[in-house]
Amino acid sequence: MRKKWMYILIVPAFTLILVFLIIPILNSILPTFYNNGLSFKSYLDFFKDTFYMKVFYRTLKLALISTVICMVMGVPTSYYISRSKASIRGTLIALITFPLLTNSVVRSFAWITILGTNGVLNKFLLNFNLIHQPLKLLYTEFAIIIGSVYLFLPVMITSLVGVMEQIEEEVLEAAQSLGANRFTTFMKVVFPLCVPGLIVGSVLVFTGAASAYSTPQLLGGNKNMVMATLIYQKAMTLSDWQGASLIAAIMIVASVLVINIINKLAARLNERGV
Amino acid sequence: MKGECRMKKNKGLLLITILVFSFLFVPLILILITSFTSGDYVAFPPVGFSLKWYTKVFNTQSFVDAFKLSIQISTAATVLSLIVGIPGAYAMSRFNFKGKGFMKTFFFSPNIIPQVVMGFALFQFIIIKMGLSVTIGLLVGLTVSIITYALRIIGASIEGLDYSIEEAAMILGANKVKTFFIIVLPNISSGILSAFLLAFISAFNNVPVTIFLSGPGITTLPVAMMNYVEYNYDPTVSALSVMMMAMSMFIMLLMEKVLKVKTVS
Repeated sequence: MRKKWMYILIVPAFTLILVFLIIPILNSILPTFYNNGLSFKSYLDFFKDTFYMKVFYRTLKLALISTVICMVMGVPTSYYISRSKASIRGTLIALITFPLLTNSVVRSFAWITILGTNGVLNKFLLNFNLIHQPLKLLYTEFAIIIGSVYLFLPVMITSLVGVMEQIEEEVLEAAQSLGANRFTTFMKVVFPLCVPGLIVGSVLVFTGAASAYSTPQLLGGNKNMVMATLIYQKAMTLSDWQGASLIAAIMIVASVLVINIINKLAARLNERGV
Repeated sequence: MKGECRMKKNKGLLLITILVFSFLFVPLILILITSFTSGDYVAFPPVGFSLKWYTKVFNTQSFVDAFKLSIQISTAATVLSLIVGIPGAYAMSRFNFKGKGFMKTFFFSPNIIPQVVMGFALFQFIIIKMGLSVTIGLLVGLTVSIITYALRIIGASIEGLDYSIEEAAMILGANKVKTFFIIVLPNISSGILSAFLLAFISAFNNVPVTIFLSGPGITTLPVAMMNYVEYNYDPTVSALSVMMMAMSMFIMLLMEKVLKVKTVS
């Protein structure tokens, strides 16, 4: 009886994901393993191709740099938010949520107005005679990094505030009354306790930045392709299904690998009692 | 009190926090300011003051059409994701069965698979292979991309609900279906509302899935905006951005309300 109910309830969601996610993906990806029988030739070719490899490395590199910057900016900010008075904390968390709900095209557009040749930043620097020619900031890897950090910093902060809020004020007072200064308290007590949040945040930022489409498209231009913009170009501009499917498969594997490796790492850290 | 004293001393931390918040908000404020320019291009400080770019948004047919489609398709996808997701969430939090771990991962897969990949695969499968319309592709694509909101948020709400209340209702003679509609649903309404709002804004804002599932005359607002930005650089987009920020703000305030109601009850 219970079993029958369970199936009735689960089947709709299961079918939706199976038919409109898993099967379409298999439909795209399985042919990449077929070349007169099972073959990995297209994958070997991908990893030998200098252009593809450049795009692949650029994607990982930009996502990694963005993640590190989000950590560096996120940890102190989250610490401040988690230790402030309840009323202020509520407002600050609400403020952090706002960019998350704002469209990524809007948020990238903001940086076009800032980084463009006639943008706010160049105008400012020219007016103060700090530079004599406008800097090329837009359509660079730098612009993609800024855009990704801008997109995902709130994600990092929300993950961190979640765990930092759990740390009791008494624990910090205990550390300090035992002679630790504020910096030591932070490094030896707070930081280890917020590692789980840092890991969750990093996974979200890294996988998000590595697969984001609109930000690299708008801020990176055609010269700084990443995997997400390349798959779109292959599929929609060049109608190269095989190429697009190949990139799709590699993106899925990379995403699953990163999530698994970081989760394993997190489990090991937990075992050690951190 | 002690916390406050400690905070006051820590000027460095405060400074970093102020810088981070400026980094997050100055760009958005710049858009707001430049949208009121009376000049012909995005400039800071803006030239004069006018609302002409807002008028232009409303007079640009492609934006108006895209907005209508976005609202319709996001609402439809959100409702569909709830209809499909709520029973699934209930089963996952109330039943134990063999392979539950696998099912959890399976239900989480829309969050693991990169959205551009999802968009590309759906385009190839639904539009090219099955020959269905772009609108159907868009609807199911968005539904799959937001299904985890219903499963996760509502799942958490159901888990937080004491099962003995349901048992009591059933002992008193209500059948399973009646118990669900009379006891469970009203008790998880704030969870459903939060899931609705988050799923809706996420569908509305989606680019990586929708960009593959657009066709002539069928474009969502963010994609229309993106196409416009690639070839034009005028304050129309600033004005449109401000309107979209107003929408996010509205959704955020609604969420606050929903969550407040929840904590009070």
